[in-house]
Amino acid sequence: MAEHFDAIVVGAGPAGSAAAYTMAKAGLSVLQLERGEYPGAKNVQGAILYADAVADLIPDFREEAPLERHIIEQRMWMLDDRSHIASHFRSENFNEEEPNRYTIIRTQFDKWFSSKVREAGALLICETTVTDLMKDEKGRVVGVRTDREGGEITADVVILAEGVNALVASKAGFAPTPNPENFALGVKEMHFLPQDVIEQRFNIGEDEGVVIEAIGTVTQGMLGTGFIYTNKESLAVGLGCMVSDFAHSGITPYDLLENFKQHPSVKPLLAGSEVKEYSAHMIPEGGYKAMPKVFGDGWMIAGDTGQFVNSLHREGSNMALTTGKVAGETVAALKREGKPMTEANLARYRQTLNDSYVIKDLKKYRELPGILHRNKQFVTTYPQLMSKAMESWFRVDGIDKRTKEKSILKSFLSARSFTGLIGDAIKVARAIR
Amino acid sequence: MSVKVEEKLFQNRYLVDEGHPHVCVPEGKGATPALKAIISCCPAGCWGLTEDGKVEPTLDGCLECGTCRILTAKDGDLNWNYPRGGFGIAYKFG
Repeated sequence: MAEHFDAIVVGAGPAGSAAAYTMAKAGLSVLQLERGEYPGAKNVQGAILYADAVADLIPDFREEAPLERHIIEQRMWMLDDRSHIASHFRSENFNEEEPNRYTIIRTQFDKWFSSKVREAGALLICETTVTDLMKDEKGRVVGVRTDREGGEITADVVILAEGVNALVASKAGFAPTPNPENFALGVKEMHFLPQDVIEQRFNIGEDEGVVIEAIGTVTQGMLGTGFIYTNKESLAVGLGCMVSDFAHSGITPYDLLENFKQHPSVKPLLAGSEVKEYSAHMIPEGGYKAMPKVFGDGWMIAGDTGQFVNSLHREGSNMALTTGKVAGETVAALKREGKPMTEANLARYRQTLNDSYVIKDLKKYRELPGILHRNKQFVTTYPQLMSKAMESWFRVDGIDKRTKEKSILKSFLSARSFTGLIGDAIKVARAIR
Repeated sequence: MSVKVEEKLFQNRYLVDEGHPHVCVPEGKGATPALKAIISCCPAGCWGLTEDGKVEPTLDGCLECGTCRILTAKDGDLNWNYPRGGFGIAYKFG
């Protein structure tokens, strides 16, 4: 292929497709390369779609995108081995004209989104793995090498949206050696059930959805969370923990998932389901401090490749869409102005992100990953203490309430000490302020 | 409790690239601590110890998550590439 493109996009996930869509809409010649058999073949997500970031690109997406259920209820669970403490937020306000969050089946969504990218005029080639970047004598990126015969293709700019593994970016020296403390590994199963069974079990109507996020002993001392998301006719059930914690614990991800499914609070929700897929994927959770440089001469990085994930709020796909869009807009604007894709000009990408929720939020929680790594008690000791306290409080057994209060307080003090409790409160405040 | 991961992987769709493993242990590399760690960390149970004490993969069920890559990146204990275009896991739902 001797053709030269205005832009090459590596990857057809949300970041890559947002970038390709934006540039194609602006009239640029865009080549998008995807290593999977089809867009979405390699992609895994819970998955919750944040409407705002999609509507930014395709305002009327609700009319045609494959959406499962809009979320009307959020359940936060704190688990020990035999119980859970829950806080639920459910609101009729989420049954609105244009709902804010949806469950989706990621592969289906990516296929649909990609069809819009092609409609906009981008050329998509699947089953093609980008193996390396081509650089000129001054180190500027001028194209990509692929695993196809004669697979060198040139472009004014390359947008790397290759996902969490950042292999091409690493080879080019744009991403640092990965640190296992900056990545979570998620495993998930798709459990199919009749639609009415899901609606009865989760107390929801047609199209309404529930999200359950769980912390506690279910991650067996590792930093992580479990989740159950309701799709139309399936439940996505999974959990994710830090890769460094998996390495230390020696617990296999599939045993961990199996234990979660057997938890007495989870098992009845899954009863009778048919499992149709088992998936695994990493999530970049190092936050602001783990972010690589995301632009240079002839290149930009968008989505998971750039560590654009807000782990506390479970936001990543929206940041992928937004970073892809802003990268695409930056290229389109420079083209319009007749300016070259130099590092100095592409710096506009990072400046725009700095002023957006993406960098503002990542910056806000920059201390969180480190604090959580050093303080596993938030997912181990506290859920257990809380559970015991609740059980004592609700059990009517002839013990007077003051004695119960004292024994609950004592259990907290002996587990964490007075200064420990104060310290933990300060840590939480520091991590999320 | 221990589950058979093979039963989980059986649900998935793969296009196996026979004869083209995308991950391998470099020649002469012994069973380093990082390589031993990936035996339990791999969500597809791809890795095992051979009789002569080497860590080796069977990649047919690989989910391409990259966990083994991340855990071995520091000392270069693995040569890790994406599978050739079109091959490997093909998620139906993702």
